Amino acid sequence: MISKNSFKPKSVGVVGLGSFGAAIASLLSEKNHVIAYARRSELVEEINTKHSIDGSPINHQIQATQDPEFLCQSCEVIFFMVPSSAFMDVTRLFSPFLYPYHMIIHGTKGLCLNLPEGKSQSDMKEIRRENILTMSEVILKETVVIRVGCLAGPNLAKELAVGLPAATVVASRFNEVIHQGQNLLRTEKFQVYGNSDIIGVELSGVLKNIIAIASGALAGLGLGENAKGLLISRGMVELIYMGNALGGSLKSFIGLAGIGDLVTTCNSTLSRNYTVGYRLAKGESLSEIQATMEEVAEGINTIRLMKNFMENTGTRAPITENLYKVLFGDLKIEEAVQYLMKYPFNVDVDFL
Amino acid sequence: MTDDYIKRKYEPILPQKDEWPVMKLSKSRKEFVKTVAEAAKNRILEFTGGKVEVLKEELETTHYREKLRIKQNPWAVDPEDDYDFWNGVKSSLVQLSADNTLNKTQRKKKYIDILDEITLRYAEEIASTFKHTHYKVTRSIVTTGFARLLNAARVKGFKRLFSNQYTLQDKIQIIGETKQLRDLASKGTIIMVPTHFSNLDSILIGWIISVLGLPPFIYGAGLNLFNIEIFAYFMNALGAYKVDRRKKNLVYIETLKTYSSEAIQFGVHSLFFPGGTRSRSGKIESKLKLGLLSTAIEAQRANYQKGINDISGKIFIVPVTINYHFVLEAPSLIKEHLSITGQERYYQESDEFSTSLKISKFLLKFFTKGSDISVSVGKAMDVLGHYVDQDGNSMDKNGRTIDTRDYFISNGNITVDTQREEEYTNRLGNRIVQEFHIINRVFSSHLVAFTAFQMIKRENKKMDLFNLLRLPEEELSISYASFKAECKRVLERIFELRDKGKVHIAPHLRREIDQIITHGLENVGMYHAKRPLVKDKKGNIITEDLNLLYYYHNRLDGYDLEKLF
Repeated sequence: MISKNSFKPKSVGVVGLGSFGAAIASLLSEKNHVIAYARRSELVEEINTKHSIDGSPINHQIQATQDPEFLCQSCEVIFFMVPSSAFMDVTRLFSPFLYPYHMIIHGTKGLCLNLPEGKSQSDMKEIRRENILTMSEVILKETVVIRVGCLAGPNLAKELAVGLPAATVVASRFNEVIHQGQNLLRTEKFQVYGNSDIIGVELSGVLKNIIAIASGALAGLGLGENAKGLLISRGMVELIYMGNALGGSLKSFIGLAGIGDLVTTCNSTLSRNYTVGYRLAKGESLSEIQATMEEVAEGINTIRLMKNFMENTGTRAPITENLYKVLFGDLKIEEAVQYLMKYPFNVDVDFL
Repeated sequence: MTDDYIKRKYEPILPQKDEWPVMKLSKSRKEFVKTVAEAAKNRILEFTGGKVEVLKEELETTHYREKLRIKQNPWAVDPEDDYDFWNGVKSSLVQLSADNTLNKTQRKKKYIDILDEITLRYAEEIASTFKHTHYKVTRSIVTTGFARLLNAARVKGFKRLFSNQYTLQDKIQIIGETKQLRDLASKGTIIMVPTHFSNLDSILIGWIISVLGLPPFIYGAGLNLFNIEIFAYFMNALGAYKVDRRKKNLVYIETLKTYSSEAIQFGVHSLFFPGGTRSRSGKIESKLKLGLLSTAIEAQRANYQKGINDISGKIFIVPVTINYHFVLEAPSLIKEHLSITGQERYYQESDEFSTSLKISKFLLKFFTKGSDISVSVGKAMDVLGHYVDQDGNSMDKNGRTIDTRDYFISNGNITVDTQREEEYTNRLGNRIVQEFHIINRVFSSHLVAFTAFQMIKRENKKMDLFNLLRLPEEELSISYASFKAECKRVLERIFELRDKGKVHIAPHLRREIDQIITHGLENVGMYHAKRPLVKDKKGNIITEDLNLLYYYHNRLDGYDLEKLF
């Protein structure tokens, strides 16, 4: 597995080659040698011999491996780009090979459940903050790495892949991690901002997926742009309430990773979460949708978690609650929309 | 850590006093003070970014504040020439700003000279004056003197004056990782971080350090304590350096931090009270003062920079909790706490420990009557909060050895990054708070105070804390039966927490519940004029001072036990 390139001192690691992972690997490979971890051996084979991912060509600077130890030994900075459902397992897989000098920046917009030994979500009477981990918290909990950051922002993988201009936020408590991220990722077409509120930025990316599903549903029902404007602004308020309850700061939610990402996702047919909402509105059931999607729509899991969490905070989250009933109960999507239109939002903005 | 305490005297790890780091430091005191002053000066210059104007402003502010302090808040310990010195600084500053003949470099040099004078003075002021003879005297006073008192009270009959049946170690129980502490203290540098509830703590810790056979630790003690002669004597003997809380100017604070950092690098064991001051509320500290703590991280990085990568340059953080049934200063502490949080009136420092006589009276009471104290020594951690093994190696949660040095590496080299170290300090602070809660030892008195207060609170659900505390005490009465039932519930939860390794308990909590309650009632705040909790003639539980009850109740804050109510 060790290739002739391994003596190069400064390789950058990428773990996970889903569409976003592959896009980030490509961006990184413009300036650095990249070692990418993939689970499937055919994919590793394809990258190393044909320099392509599922047929589409990639930079020769990207080398693939199935060996976590090799990746950790060769790289100081590692990008974790795995879906939240696999995040804990992958982190544990890498943990024995990670050392205090490593820095990890992740790009996963999801949450993890942190339950006591042997309990499942249905056993829990209530979900509290300590039962929810953001991805950076997973890394801090499972590894010795402390210098952790995250990537968030309006970064549709398909647009990045074809080289359209975009910007992202690297958030970390550590300035040095932000600088590393900026140095590695910044190109002429890719702007990188820094933010020290990592929790707020992570939550922005996570929570906006809920609103994206709702937005897709509105479009699917053909309710028009006025309704979408309403949804986005009410969604923003809900996002901020939920984000504050989980410990993020308002400033991050109205930044690029918050409102920037929200607007993009709510308008884009390229977004997975949007697609889920759209297909729901067209009458498909959740299981039908999930069966035919190539990659996970993080929003579904997030809705389930956040609905349970918000129940205990004493704050209402009407959009999340109703989507939950549509996804996991028997509420019709039309009824949910009607309910939302009637919900008494008296004050426009009460959080600033 | 078991619940049993250790009763044995340890051999000193360094029998020769000349080997003690603190002795070495006191021998080279003069050079050390110079090193500190110089390093502090450089730090401040770095802060000012080499800009003369910024430096000038900083010096002027320092001078202004110092003059104000001398005028408004002079203390007995202040040096005679305080006024003259700052007058001198003033005239130098005035002269310099009026002098137009100097070029930029000359001016800068002059300002640095003034800074130099100030840091040197501060460093001199802060530096401890450890004297071995004083240390020996103090140690023997504390051990033999107190042991006499103790036995006089407990052993009956004529022989009591000569009995050695009870030692101080029965009175003040030491539990926890004492062996590891001794091992590490002989190889690396220890920073002990205890909880802080009473002014007695520093003497107590000093005694414990000596019982464990460790060489003396240095620590920063409030300069106000040096106003009282008996304390000044003890403090000096125990290697205290002086922290003057009146001086809040940058130059002083940086000099103080440099002192601590340099002393740690020198290999002297230190004691930080990370709460900064006594806990006013009676809660275990949850927000730590990070200023001093940051010097531990800085010193660790500096050692690595110097290439000391083995255990001799490693710094170990050892959390310690001190558990009391009774805190002498409780009434004034809680009053201060409430007036600060309630913002009703400006708070003024009033001190129960104001005279030597009062302290002596308390000590007499303390040693002749009941009320045990226990001291829990936690597991040692590295400066990032990882546990270390017996040889001082840091370990991750799966027991894999890791190198703390790697945390200071970026692109393959050790780098100085103050923002990074700030974050590490936050992290270490959080870890210490976690450890405090784990090694904390629950007493019967904590249990009864907690339960009683929560029951009163439940009865008056609609009131906020301040209205609640204003309730007339004579109207609050809890029937014994319901009190017992609730105590039992809380105790069960405490045992659950204990089994999960989240807290420790005193052995007396394994008795029958009635006995535990009796024990708790007897001990909770036992020497206060108004008792926080007593049984009245009808057998009901009543309080004579709700504020005090709240104070003792707070000890069990942070375990989510209030959710039971």
